Amino acid sequence: MDILTLSSNLNTYLTIGAFLFGMGVYGLVQHQTFIGMLISAELVLAGASVNFMAFGHFLAPDPTVGQIFALFIIGLAAAEAAIALSIIIAVYRNYRSIDVEDVAELKG
Amino acid sequence: MNPSLFSPEGLSGLLFLVMIALTVAGALLATNARRLIRAVAGLALCFVGVAGIYYFLNSPFLALMQILIYVGAVCITFVFAVMLAEPEEMQRVNKRNALVGPLSILVSGVMVWGLVALAAMTSWQKSPVRLNDGSLEKLGESLLGRYSMSFEMISIVLLVAIIGSLVLARAGRTK
Repeated sequence: MDILTLSSNLNTYLTIGAFLFGMGVYGLVQHQTFIGMLISAELVLAGASVNFMAFGHFLAPDPTVGQIFALFIIGLAAAEAAIALSIIIAVYRNYRSIDVEDVAELKG
Repeated sequence: MNPSLFSPEGLSGLLFLVMIALTVAGALLATNARRLIRAVAGLALCFVGVAGIYYFLNSPFLALMQILIYVGAVCITFVFAVMLAEPEEMQRVNKRNALVGPLSILVSGVMVWGLVALAAMTSWQKSPVRLNDGSLEKLGESLLGRYSMSFEMISIVLLVAIIGSLVLARAGRTK
C-alpha cells in the first residue's frame, strides 16, 4: 500500500479515531485541572466523530447518516463545553482553584 | 497504482499526510502542555486537522462546521474560562503518585492497540446499495425529513444549555 493513497483506505481513518480516543483517555488522567480534563474529553468526542464519518463514507448505505451523527456530536459537545465551563467558573468562585485535588470536600 | 508525488493524486495524498500530522501534533500538545492556554491552542490545531480529514471524507460542509464551531466558538470559550479562572499551574507541586504517568500511557496505549487491531482484523462489508451521494443537498433533505425529530431535540438541548450555563455562572455573584 502506497503512503500517498492512504486517504482512500478505511483503516487509516479508524486508526486516527482510535489515536484521538487514546490521547483523550491519557489526557483525562494526566491533566490536573478541570479545564484540562474537559479539553481531553473533547478529544475523545473528536475521535468518535471521525469514526462515524469514516463508516458513513465507506460502508453505510445512506452516506448522510454519518455526517448527521457528526453534526449532532458537534452540537452536544458545544452544549457540554458551555455547561461544564460555567460549572468550573462557579467552582473557582467558591474554592479559588480549579485543581481537581482541591475540590475534595466529601472525601472521607 | 502508485501516483507520483507531483500528480494531483500525489499532492492530495501529501495534503492528507499534513492533516494527519496536524491532528497528531495538536493532540500531543493538548494532552502534554504544562500551561493550560497551550493545551487550548493544541486543541484548536487538532480540530483544524480533523476538519481536513472530514474534507477528505467527501464532506466539506462538516469541515467548515468543525472549524466554525470548534475552533471558532468552543476553543474561544475555553480561552475565556482560562482567563477567568487563572489557574496557577507553575507553582503547583506534584501531589500525585509517580506511577500515574507511566500507567496512563500504558492503559491508553493498550486501548489504541486493541481498537486498531480490531479494525484491521475485521473484514468490513460494503453496503451493496448507495441511496444517494451524500452531498449537502441530500444532507439537508434527510436532516429536515427523516431526522427532523432529532434536529428539534438538539435545538432544545442547546436552548437548555444556554439558559443553564447562564444560571450556573451567575449564581453567587453579588452585583
